[in-house]
Amino acid sequence: MGFAMKKWRCLVCDFVYDEAKGVPDEGIKPGTRWEDVPEDWTCPDCGAGKADFQMVEVD
Amino acid sequence: MSTMTASPADWKDKKRYLWLLGVLVMGLPIYGYGLVQWTGLSLFWWLTPIVVYAVIPFLDRLIGEDNENPPDAAMTPLNADRYYRWAVAAAIPVQYATFIWGTWMAITGDLRWFEMLGLFISLGMASGLSINVAHELGHQTSKIERWLAKIALAPVAYGHFYVEHNRGHHVRVATPEDPATSRFGETFYEFLPRSVLGSVASAWELEKTRLAKQGSSVWSLGNDNLQAWGLTVLLYGTMVAWLGWLALPFMLFQGLFGGALLEVVNYLEHYGLKREKKADGSYERCQPHHSWNSNHLATNVLLYHLQRHSDHHAYPTRSFQTLRNFDTLPRLPNGYAGMILLAYVPPLWFRVMNPKVVAHFNGDMTRANIKPSIRDRVLAQYRSATA
Repeated sequence: MGFAMKKWRCLVCDFVYDEAKGVPDEGIKPGTRWEDVPEDWTCPDCGAGKADFQMVEVD
Repeated sequence: MSTMTASPADWKDKKRYLWLLGVLVMGLPIYGYGLVQWTGLSLFWWLTPIVVYAVIPFLDRLIGEDNENPPDAAMTPLNADRYYRWAVAAAIPVQYATFIWGTWMAITGDLRWFEMLGLFISLGMASGLSINVAHELGHQTSKIERWLAKIALAPVAYGHFYVEHNRGHHVRVATPEDPATSRFGETFYEFLPRSVLGSVASAWELEKTRLAKQGSSVWSLGNDNLQAWGLTVLLYGTMVAWLGWLALPFMLFQGLFGGALLEVVNYLEHYGLKREKKADGSYERCQPHHSWNSNHLATNVLLYHLQRHSDHHAYPTRSFQTLRNFDTLPRLPNGYAGMILLAYVPPLWFRVMNPKVVAHFNGDMTRANIKPSIRDRVLAQYRSATA
């Protein structure tokens, strides 16, 4: 991979989408970039849409 | 009744100025006092409960439902219009004026007991409504609005709501694990302590976990619960320094009343509804059919569209003015204001709502969220009924 994996946090409930891990249970493979996550995907914890996620600094 | 969508070109928000009623309603206890002075009738100490428990449910019957949705093309400008943010935030100074005036009046007003009781209930109700203001602000993403949410929660001493609602309730809604989701067969009076205590405990745990990840103690100043409760300590402390210790029980009890008003609304919103558990033990995502809705106009404009609750759970950061109605949603027979009267009388509540829950699940009560102690009995009853 050319550049570092990022994390995106749900602004409603704090769920973190980690590009390195993806969400394999939902068919989103490890390494899936945020922009490649389907637009209609929603937060697995609280149901918020992609627009409600914000990029966070890597811990 | 179908959902109406106007043509985008000349669409205007008919509710634009009605939203200011959400601001005005915060001052009801003061207007009541004005009417007492003007008419000489002590009855008007009770103006706030009269409006909320009688006038609004009556208007909901009279005016009925408003099913209109803004056209899609109008959504973006509607959402960006700063006016709507002000229409919420403006409730806070009115709320503070009412709280400070009311506490002062209670201590220095030399009131008779039924006047005092009216004032106390009025203030409690304004405080309860203020949690709804904090709810709208607490879902926004700007720092200032999130702080305003904490400020709005100070008079009612309900600071944990700031944490628990977004990160607890929105995650666990319509599951048996959510303290703020009521169960089939559970009375409001059973629900109330379970929801309050469960929510406080959950809010504390959420912050403990979050702060531990950052290497901080739960007792650090970064704890949102402590920040929000701290504002209450500051406010109550100032009032006590000014008016003496007698102000403290008055403020605490009006806060309890306000909290109970919020909880009775919680009780309505997801009664008996449950998300399906998937094979891996997690729950399906929250769907529109996991909330009870109402389009009754009078309550909706007072509560910033809180009753369009399904759309709120689907899009938690969607601003109130853009929340939509959908025709297939679980629907309450009256607005929240009328339904809370039913919730206070459990036999009536069960008589109206239990058949609605059963119908919602087409009689398959295995899919409902049932009070554990009566679960087997309910399942047996409806199995035989559907067999």
